[in-house]
Amino acid sequence: MDILYFAWVRERIGTPRETVSTEAATVADLVEELRGREERYAVAFSDLSAIRVAVDQELAELDAPLAGAREVAFFPPMTGG
Amino acid sequence: MAVRVQEADFDLAAEMAALRGGRTDIGAMVSFTGLVRGASKAGAIDEMTLEHYPGMTEKALEAIEAEAQARWNLQACLIIHRYGRLTPGEQIVLVITASPHRGDAFAAAEFLMDYLKSRAPFWKCEGSGAGAQWVDARETDEEALERWHIEG
Repeated sequence: MDILYFAWVRERIGTPRETVSTEAATVADLVEELRGREERYAVAFSDLSAIRVAVDQELAELDAPLAGAREVAFFPPMTGG
Repeated sequence: MAVRVQEADFDLAAEMAALRGGRTDIGAMVSFTGLVRGASKAGAIDEMTLEHYPGMTEKALEAIEAEAQARWNLQACLIIHRYGRLTPGEQIVLVITASPHRGDAFAAAEFLMDYLKSRAPFWKCEGSGAGAQWVDARETDEEALERWHIEG
């Protein structure tokens, strides 16, 4: 599964994109898994209220299932316009 | 109906003319242009860098354009959003709507802007002598969405 990071989430994790093997059933499970990997993930995901998620390029909630998902993205609230 | 995500600048007059083409059934066109301000709460800004999520950005903008078409009688619609490094005074975003009467064109243009500010995957980073700072999402942007009955 490809994981993408944008804006300050990308800066804190230190990469725009990575491919991981995961059995995580939901986005929240994936976040827990990443948090346990290294400190930089724990820092980036320290306040989940500041994180938005997209699964296969559609906005999703933390409890969204990951079965069949190819791409998950994490980013701060959007500030376009 | 069209969505363009690009680094290049745009020309409002040329886009208005192209959208209208040779049609004579359009009665109203509304345009909104968003610009980079030279100052924020924190002080003067030298530049603004816009990051986006290629692929999802286009899908999100097309989805809201479709929503606007479903809600109002639009004859034509255009959204252009720039990304990359911009400086104060530069154009960031353009929305144009066309309809037989002004009410639909005004409402749809405002709806499109309210929506894309917090539902299209763009992130602004302001640069100044003090360093670079990601712009915080504003609660007022979420409030602006609520009147259109869009849930977070």
